[in-house]
Amino acid sequence: MEQTITVTVNGTAHTAEVEQRMLLVHFLRETLNLTGTHIGCDTSTCGCCTVHLDGETVLSCSLLAVQADGRAVRTVESLEQNGELHPIQKAFHENHGLQCGFCTPGMMMSALGVIEQHPGASDDEIREALEGNLCRCTGYQNIVASVRSAADEMARS
Amino acid sequence: MATTERLQSGGVGDAVLRKEDRKFVTGEGRYVDDLKLPGMLHAAFVRSSFGHAKIKSIDASAALAMPGVHAVLTNATLPVETGVLSASNPGGDVRHPEQAILAKEFARYVGEPVAMVIADDRYLARDAADAVHVDYDPVPVVVDAEKALEPGAPLVHAEYDSNLAKTLEHVTDGFADVLAKAPNKISLRVVNQRLTPMPIETRGCIGDWSNSTGEVTLYTSTQVAHFVRTFVSIVCGTSEAKVRVVTPDVGGGFGAKLNTYREEFAICAASKVVGRPVKWIEDRTENAVATIHGRDQVQYYEAGVDDNGKILALKFDAVQNNGAYNQLLTPSISHLTLFMVPGCYDIQDVSITIRQAFTNTTPTDAYRGAGRPEATHGIERLMDAIADDLGIDAAEVRRRNFIKSDQFPYASATGLSYDSGDYQATLEVALELSGYAGFEERRAEAATRGKYRGIGLSTYVEVCGLAPSAVTAALGIGAPGWEHSTVRLHPTGKATVITGTSPHGQGHATSWSQITQTELGIPFDDVEVIHGDTAFQPYGLGTYGSRSLAVGGIALYRSLGKVREKARELAAHLLECSVDDLEWTGSSWQVKGSPDRAKTIQELAYAGWTSASLPEGIEPVLEATTFHDPPNFTFPFGTHVCEVEIDQATGRVEVVNYTAVDDCGNVVNPMIVDGQIHGGIIQGLGQALFEETVYSEDGHMLTPTLVEYLVPSAADVPPMTLHRTTTPSTSNPMGVKGIGEAGTIAASAAIVNAAVDALSVIGVRHLEMPMQPARIWNVMQEAKS
Repeated sequence: MEQTITVTVNGTAHTAEVEQRMLLVHFLRETLNLTGTHIGCDTSTCGCCTVHLDGETVLSCSLLAVQADGRAVRTVESLEQNGELHPIQKAFHENHGLQCGFCTPGMMMSALGVIEQHPGASDDEIREALEGNLCRCTGYQNIVASVRSAADEMARS
Repeated sequence: MATTERLQSGGVGDAVLRKEDRKFVTGEGRYVDDLKLPGMLHAAFVRSSFGHAKIKSIDASAALAMPGVHAVLTNATLPVETGVLSASNPGGDVRHPEQAILAKEFARYVGEPVAMVIADDRYLARDAADAVHVDYDPVPVVVDAEKALEPGAPLVHAEYDSNLAKTLEHVTDGFADVLAKAPNKISLRVVNQRLTPMPIETRGCIGDWSNSTGEVTLYTSTQVAHFVRTFVSIVCGTSEAKVRVVTPDVGGGFGAKLNTYREEFAICAASKVVGRPVKWIEDRTENAVATIHGRDQVQYYEAGVDDNGKILALKFDAVQNNGAYNQLLTPSISHLTLFMVPGCYDIQDVSITIRQAFTNTTPTDAYRGAGRPEATHGIERLMDAIADDLGIDAAEVRRRNFIKSDQFPYASATGLSYDSGDYQATLEVALELSGYAGFEERRAEAATRGKYRGIGLSTYVEVCGLAPSAVTAALGIGAPGWEHSTVRLHPTGKATVITGTSPHGQGHATSWSQITQTELGIPFDDVEVIHGDTAFQPYGLGTYGSRSLAVGGIALYRSLGKVREKARELAAHLLECSVDDLEWTGSSWQVKGSPDRAKTIQELAYAGWTSASLPEGIEPVLEATTFHDPPNFTFPFGTHVCEVEIDQATGRVEVVNYTAVDDCGNVVNPMIVDGQIHGGIIQGLGQALFEETVYSEDGHMLTPTLVEYLVPSAADVPPMTLHRTTTPSTSNPMGVKGIGEAGTIAASAAIVNAAVDALSVIGVRHLEMPMQPARIWNVMQEAKS
């Protein structure tokens, strides 16, 4: 069964006919070619596919594309503006918060959700809030430092 | 030494930020699943749901009837010449059972591929794979390696009379006498459980076979593109010159991608059949059974010890679970264990026996540390057992056994020559930084909060920089250990570095640019690094075994030196002087004492390209290639100190302090080195506290997803305190060693030793991994009753 949906992604409305069973993450990656959002598991455990849906942090592997009909999705591709890195991107770079880079887009989108909703989060609270995003490379120490640094920078600006 | 400076000058030794990062933080990384080729189809595999079964028949008619399904391939129809090949034969005569690309007659572990479906999209391919009906006749299963070696165990391979794959033995002369005469005998059984590497990007590949030219391009998420190319040419029956393997960005490896897999061959063969590109992306549940596992070794130690705690003789018997087949290096992994059994201790009398067993499980192979974590974890548990038995402090028993700093180069009882080290120095620094002396106060304070608190040490040495090719040959590995580099200066004075290493998070583009800046004076930002594409490179061996800097980095260092010397001859010619009149300033050749008479490396690059006037016998262009074969391994070392608190009510183990003092020789980028140590430690912590790959007795995989297999999250792990000492390697001119695996090798023992120490107040003397709350709670109840 196919269905026509219109989803606003990073500010642009996209209308497409999709299979009803298509996952949102596949709609982003396969239909729109926005491959910055990754897939790392089948069980909503790894957080690689994290995006924002109407401002809420969600797992795009656990939603159907049709559930995003008429709604607004924000992905990692939206962060850099006019060649300027977003503070969260800058912070991950400056604090060596990434190695292989595969978890990074989802990690940054989760982190942005934390910063936007809990601007004064402590390091321990940041760790708890990122529990749904797995990284196998960094041991998380520099990820926490990145998020802390971005939160401080965003609070200043 | 503080390890977090952020210097920006860009040379060797600076914590320069990574040039790789921007594409990853903007979502523009290109991993294999991000690639789309025109006309590309999708594959899904039908996998055995039994641990051991005869395949009676395969009925693909329902799948083939589905619109959009192009082919269903089985062992009978997949066009390949041979099965998966192993490059490992330590000691000779290792049993290498046939591992067909798609199972032939028998499936021998859950997840073994039996058929593959090619369809228009991945949803349809999965549906069609589910519609393939395989009629299985289950036969007896064995999953435990010790049970597999008992008489009468079910045979994994009926063509052999037992499940023994190989016995590795090494006994020093007179061992039995020394052991017999030792006044104390201390024994310990240690289980190093089965693990799953779990890179966050699973495996995946795209095969693109041209039937008109016979050329095939394979895009695959791998650590070893050239190995894959060689094996694809053999398995698929084509010329190696017609195979191109491209490694796009790779989302973590940890050994899981140091292999050549059935799916890589199958996807090439399938593309040949359908005449279109075919993509396969492993899903996580598939990854848990289709990608190699690590460890799964049961060890029996017996140490003959004098009354001061000095080990006089060490007996080590182990059983290694190889899984159902030998993958690329399977039999060599426990061979690495054999070499490192004595660890950082001066033990010259050893008896080592490792029996490798086939079982009805996924093959094991290299997982971060690859054989060395097994050795380190075991001997570090043993050191604590000796300290405990004889009433000696855990740090003191190590001091009494260490190889001393004046004993290097040190000839180990297992035949290695340790390059350099000062083990006691790292220990003393670590004890100081961790507040070891004041620990008992913290133990007492924790007790008032209902916590058992303990402290644990792990002092390690590892063998890295794999490897001198003559040694790999002697070890029965059918592949060399050298590495390649090419340095190419362009007319504009910019540089391309081509490396045979294959980074997947390690930041080689950054570190190799730093080395180029320091050795040749080409600015960091003017250097581009190419890796992982067999079309651009001579043969490269890839990234594993903490070898990239110590072998590949030195290959680069030597090419840069060759370019610098060629530039010198050119400069002498242009400046009309002798080469002996010139001095290197770091970025130019100048007449000694005359800064106005100089040629920058950029000017020389241009002059070498235009070739308007070259000295006699000098070819155009500043470019050099090196195949560097190291004369020896490198031996990084260090001391990790861990403190844990165990909840007296629930048994939950929490790491509350972690101090790591590592020595990897000279450092190119301290920020990257710290990152490697952080990540390594947390993988070791995962093994110590959470991770275990579990099979039921009938061969079913009980930990097939990240819900059952617990990879640590940010909330599960502590901040770590890092420090370094610097003892340059004598194996290479940069004095570098390697750091990719050190954290993982060290960490599990420090954490388990801390937990055993914590529970020593209730009489606990040993714990197995993973130390999940239920296990610890049970141990506590037993100890109290």
